[in-house]
Amino acid sequence: MRFQEHLFIETRRDFFRKSLGGVGTMALAHVMAQDGRTADTAEANPLAPREPHFAAKAKNVIFMFQEGGPSQIDLYDPKPALQKWHGKPLPESMTKDLTLAFVKPDAKVLGSERKFTRHGKSGVEYSDYIPHIGSRADDICLIRSMFTEAFNHHPGQSLLFSGSTQFGRPTIGAWVSYGLGSASENLPGFVVLSSGRGTSGGSMNWASGFLPSTYQGVVFRNSGDPILYLQNPPGVSGETQRARLDLIRQLNQERLALTGDTTISSRIHSYELAFRMQSAGPELLDFSKESPATLEMYGVNKEPTHPYAVNCLLARRMVESGVRFVMLAHASWDDHQELSKKLKKNCDITDQPAAALLRDLKQRGLLETTLVVWAGEFGRTPMGQLERIDEDPGRDHHPNCYSVWVAGGGVRGGQVVGRTDDIGLQVAEDKVHVHDLQATLLHCLGLDHTRLTYRHMGRDFRLTDVAGSVVGKMLV
Amino acid sequence: MAVALAASAAEPVDFARDIAPLFEKRCHACHGPRTQMNGLRLDDRAAALKGGNGGPVLVPGKSAESRLLRLVAGLEDKKIMPPAGPRLTQREVGLLRAWIDQGANWPDLPGTASAPTSRPTHWSFQPIARPKPPPTRNETWARNPIDRFVLARLERENIEPSPEADRRTLIRRVTFDLTGLPPAPADVAAFLLDNRPEAYERVVDRLLESPHYGERWARHWLDLARYADSDGYEKDYVRPHAWRWRHWVIESFNQDKPFNQFTIEQIAGDLLPNATVEQRIATGFHRNTLTNREGGVNIEQFRVEQVIDRAATAGTVWLGLSTGCAQCHDHKYDPITQKEFYQLYAFFNNADEYEIDAPLAGEMGPYLQKLPEYRRKRDELLSKYRVSELQGPWEARMKEARANPGRWTDWDHAYDALQKYLDHADRILNLPVEKRSRKWTDAITDHFVINYHRVIGKDEWKELKFTDLRKQLNELKDSYPRLSEAPIIAEDPAIRRKSNIHLRGDWKRKGAEVQPGVPGFLHGFEPAGPATRLDFAAWLVSPRNPLTARVTVNRFWQEFFGRGVVRTSDDFGAQGEKPTHPELLDWLAGRFMDSGWRVKALHRLIVTSAAYRQSSRARPEIDVRDAAHTLLARQSRLRLPAESVRDAALSVSELLYPAIGGKSVRPPIPKGVVELSYGGSVKWPESEGRDRYRRGLYILFQRTVPYPMLMNFDAPDANTAACRRERSNTPLQALNLLNDPVFVEAAQALAARVLREGSGDRVDRLFEIALARTPSPREREWVEAYLHKQVQLLERNPKQAEELFPLDLPGHARVETAAWTALSSAVLNLDEFITRE
Repeated sequence: MRFQEHLFIETRRDFFRKSLGGVGTMALAHVMAQDGRTADTAEANPLAPREPHFAAKAKNVIFMFQEGGPSQIDLYDPKPALQKWHGKPLPESMTKDLTLAFVKPDAKVLGSERKFTRHGKSGVEYSDYIPHIGSRADDICLIRSMFTEAFNHHPGQSLLFSGSTQFGRPTIGAWVSYGLGSASENLPGFVVLSSGRGTSGGSMNWASGFLPSTYQGVVFRNSGDPILYLQNPPGVSGETQRARLDLIRQLNQERLALTGDTTISSRIHSYELAFRMQSAGPELLDFSKESPATLEMYGVNKEPTHPYAVNCLLARRMVESGVRFVMLAHASWDDHQELSKKLKKNCDITDQPAAALLRDLKQRGLLETTLVVWAGEFGRTPMGQLERIDEDPGRDHHPNCYSVWVAGGGVRGGQVVGRTDDIGLQVAEDKVHVHDLQATLLHCLGLDHTRLTYRHMGRDFRLTDVAGSVVGKMLV
Repeated sequence: MAVALAASAAEPVDFARDIAPLFEKRCHACHGPRTQMNGLRLDDRAAALKGGNGGPVLVPGKSAESRLLRLVAGLEDKKIMPPAGPRLTQREVGLLRAWIDQGANWPDLPGTASAPTSRPTHWSFQPIARPKPPPTRNETWARNPIDRFVLARLERENIEPSPEADRRTLIRRVTFDLTGLPPAPADVAAFLLDNRPEAYERVVDRLLESPHYGERWARHWLDLARYADSDGYEKDYVRPHAWRWRHWVIESFNQDKPFNQFTIEQIAGDLLPNATVEQRIATGFHRNTLTNREGGVNIEQFRVEQVIDRAATAGTVWLGLSTGCAQCHDHKYDPITQKEFYQLYAFFNNADEYEIDAPLAGEMGPYLQKLPEYRRKRDELLSKYRVSELQGPWEARMKEARANPGRWTDWDHAYDALQKYLDHADRILNLPVEKRSRKWTDAITDHFVINYHRVIGKDEWKELKFTDLRKQLNELKDSYPRLSEAPIIAEDPAIRRKSNIHLRGDWKRKGAEVQPGVPGFLHGFEPAGPATRLDFAAWLVSPRNPLTARVTVNRFWQEFFGRGVVRTSDDFGAQGEKPTHPELLDWLAGRFMDSGWRVKALHRLIVTSAAYRQSSRARPEIDVRDAAHTLLARQSRLRLPAESVRDAALSVSELLYPAIGGKSVRPPIPKGVVELSYGGSVKWPESEGRDRYRRGLYILFQRTVPYPMLMNFDAPDANTAACRRERSNTPLQALNLLNDPVFVEAAQALAARVLREGSGDRVDRLFEIALARTPSPREREWVEAYLHKQVQLLERNPKQAEELFPLDLPGHARVETAAWTALSSAVLNLDEFITRE
């Protein structure tokens, strides 16, 4: 069937031209049903684990989303040459095709105040604001040549997560849950953790779009009620909840027997999973069995690392429990003003926990099967931005080049992919588009981005739209 | 450049021998007689020399300047032609180059002269036939013509239709389908006792006259219109007047406005002669596009994207075609060219956004009476705080900043904010003060008061006490009667924009200019003068249109049977599925048009058919053969849509506040939901009193942080037209029904209702209220055992009982009310409760 599916997609256009009458769609429906990836077969458990397209190392993803566009020039991509331009505008020949959100093309260049140091055996340079991440240099594949088309936050986030600036498409976490199902018996397949303030994209960043809502990200809060409506209402104990569920099950089964409608068995299944989530959710938040060393490594019990450390540790615990895709959203890195101060603040919150997560996963042998991604929706300009003349400068949005890193799950660490020009304005070598990154992440999970499709409005949609190619250099 | 090009062939090139076969073999599939991707056609000399949407591709004599050559030679960034298959060989490129350099000689050849584009043969583009209901062997089953089509199909397969559903199931089904609410026990009882003929038809007629009918069908329409109460995107500002269009939709369905009129008013109500306020409100359909107010967004870019969205949405909703696919390129599967898409776009390109006064009955009198007093007080406030004196110079400086971008950083940002937050900012600024409407005058003044700090700094702004002023202005406004307003689109004759193809959908890359027009493969379009939106609207509902009626009746059918006659109700194009009952679809579409596009009559016809009234019980022997129920050998059990899940719980517990229409409400939302909006900026001031208990369709839809219960049950995200909803089945739904305070409260109120009303058998009463039936003996046994156990448990835990049911119900012990609450909650969680069978 795989072969047929492959053949089918290869010849799709031709096929449809010949079969205007709809044979094509029937064939597709058939192929998809065989493949087990049709979502409207409500009878089956839509989250049952599924085989990937091909064998692969990564089984899980932890996506550390850095909302707002962190400054690559001050974190990952040193530009000593920028100092020469500091305080001067760039020549028009260099800026004429730039699309910028706020600053004018003749804005003055802002040199970076950061010091960069080489780390690990690989000797990759990282900024003094992120020494902990730097210490994991040999695990990290740093891409310095990312680029995107979107230069505003919400469209940029939409492109990063759904592959399109048009809203309403499924996001990467939903695609992965759809493609691989969930390996967890008692937790959702796609979980979202958030710290800092809310993101521009809001819930659209983890939406299932036109995929069934089964695949949408479930927001998990790191205090209080971790999942919406997880807690029993007042007056309902674990025991009464169980009794209530037993009655519901009895009556549902009776209805199933009478009507013969198999969606009722799926409903029964959902209630049982919900009940297990009610105990598994709070258990995840119980760190009492974590060693003091672990808690210290993440920075759980101190400020300012606490909120992000809790999320990073939760991410590891979720991966251990089989959650397929964990997204950690941290907002916001949108430093239009007071760059030095605000950037430091976010680094102080996130640097240590992010590095601890890599170390912890590695110690436990989980890094091989877990793909860890650190990415924003775009980068920041080499030019400075002043909104009010009496403030410290920041940087504007920059879609043309920025840095992202990936570790674990079949990705080769200790290397840099791509290069930008001397002033960090354009990619100079090995351009990596957002779609290429998405294609590569799916590839690491054993999914062919051209074959992971869903039929909607008469078209087979995929995460990478009509583009994307796997970045071979990133792989082991 | 020339270096990278393959060498030009040295010998003279013969078009017929060397070039024509090459074009035919490698180019015509996309640029030939059938398809002209990007508007380019290489089988016809004149067309080829004219080029594509982006301009000429052949410059005779100058191969290096010919885009065609650059594309096949791989000299264009990121793009190579042909896009599939092997690249052209060096020799082929050389021949092409030589041919162009030698003057691109193109003699007339047999078969290459302008071949007409072939007329598509796809089923949905053919005229709607008026088929006669077929004869059937069984002559007693059919109740109306629909059934003869259904039965004839079943008889071909030798399948008997299912028996009619029992009366309880039937009334629950049809009440949900027509009003979105469960039937009241008294209505069920009355129906069971009605032994006269046409008892069911009387139920149907009562429901069609219920004002809740308009609510249920408005919700269906809101899905298509991508209705929401906020802008979307990062800022996601609330749209305080969006509801007024929804109100119009509800009233239209309740008044049984003919669908053709309903269409014309929404597409072009503003252009109707002597358009009424209500007709103008109808155009609010197009105001449901998203709006991006992020800093750095180009205003024109967003205007273009909104117009594109309007054209694409009209294509999906009325034509059932994914016309939006053609915004970047010619449609890959359907015969819609990119040029034709931008011809649709051109209909909408001169319509701009306005808010108009749209008073509901009873608002005008008090408003007019108090208006002079309000104006006086407002003016007093403005002069007290020196607004009148400061605003003029601020406006003058703003205009200067606009003319000199990049000169004053603070003013640049202030101007950007003015454009983003104040609609029509530039036009208001350009108008002399005395020529501005009152609405615009107030709008710019309010903006000034809120944003003046951007240019004078917070300190000086604080001294002016503008925050106090703002508060007082708002209080003043709130203390005087106001008129409802409505978002509309309308045309200003002074603004005439040219329309162009946008290459690859990019707002900046304009291709050839286009005039308003419709896809050429559909029925004719003959406007009397220059084509307007009103002509387009009339064309959509022309009796010759093969799509609108089919697409519309199919979506209605889908709502009544769980799937359309065409399952892909969003796609009637080549990629969509074929109708399972093509003749039935045509008959329904014809009947719909012939009867004056009456929606209620069509709904009545469908729900009174024997096909609709069948039982939904599984028939394993047939279901294996027909898993998707395409043959209609039975009805389907369908989980209720999100809003109805809420409405059903509120209704059976009598918590529902059943007012029709009006503003959106904000029922309590769990902590941590709106906090996830951008910077936590979305506010959710909870509605008070009975507004918390309004139907789901009135819940304010905030695009970036929608009400979680609605999303858990597959409500659409309001980004694009949603033609059909998923019916997923998730653990979050279980948690939602078990533990959400709304459903907890419903369980309490339902328990109280049962205890209050149930003088006889209370278990019976509970089942009758919630499920429109009585329990089976086994069910009763389980329920009573459960109740008994709960009572025992709660007697040991009086605190739990207190929490489960925190009120005193006279005559009932706390453990009793608490145990009944637990039981009621279980019933609200039954699959059957959230399913119409």
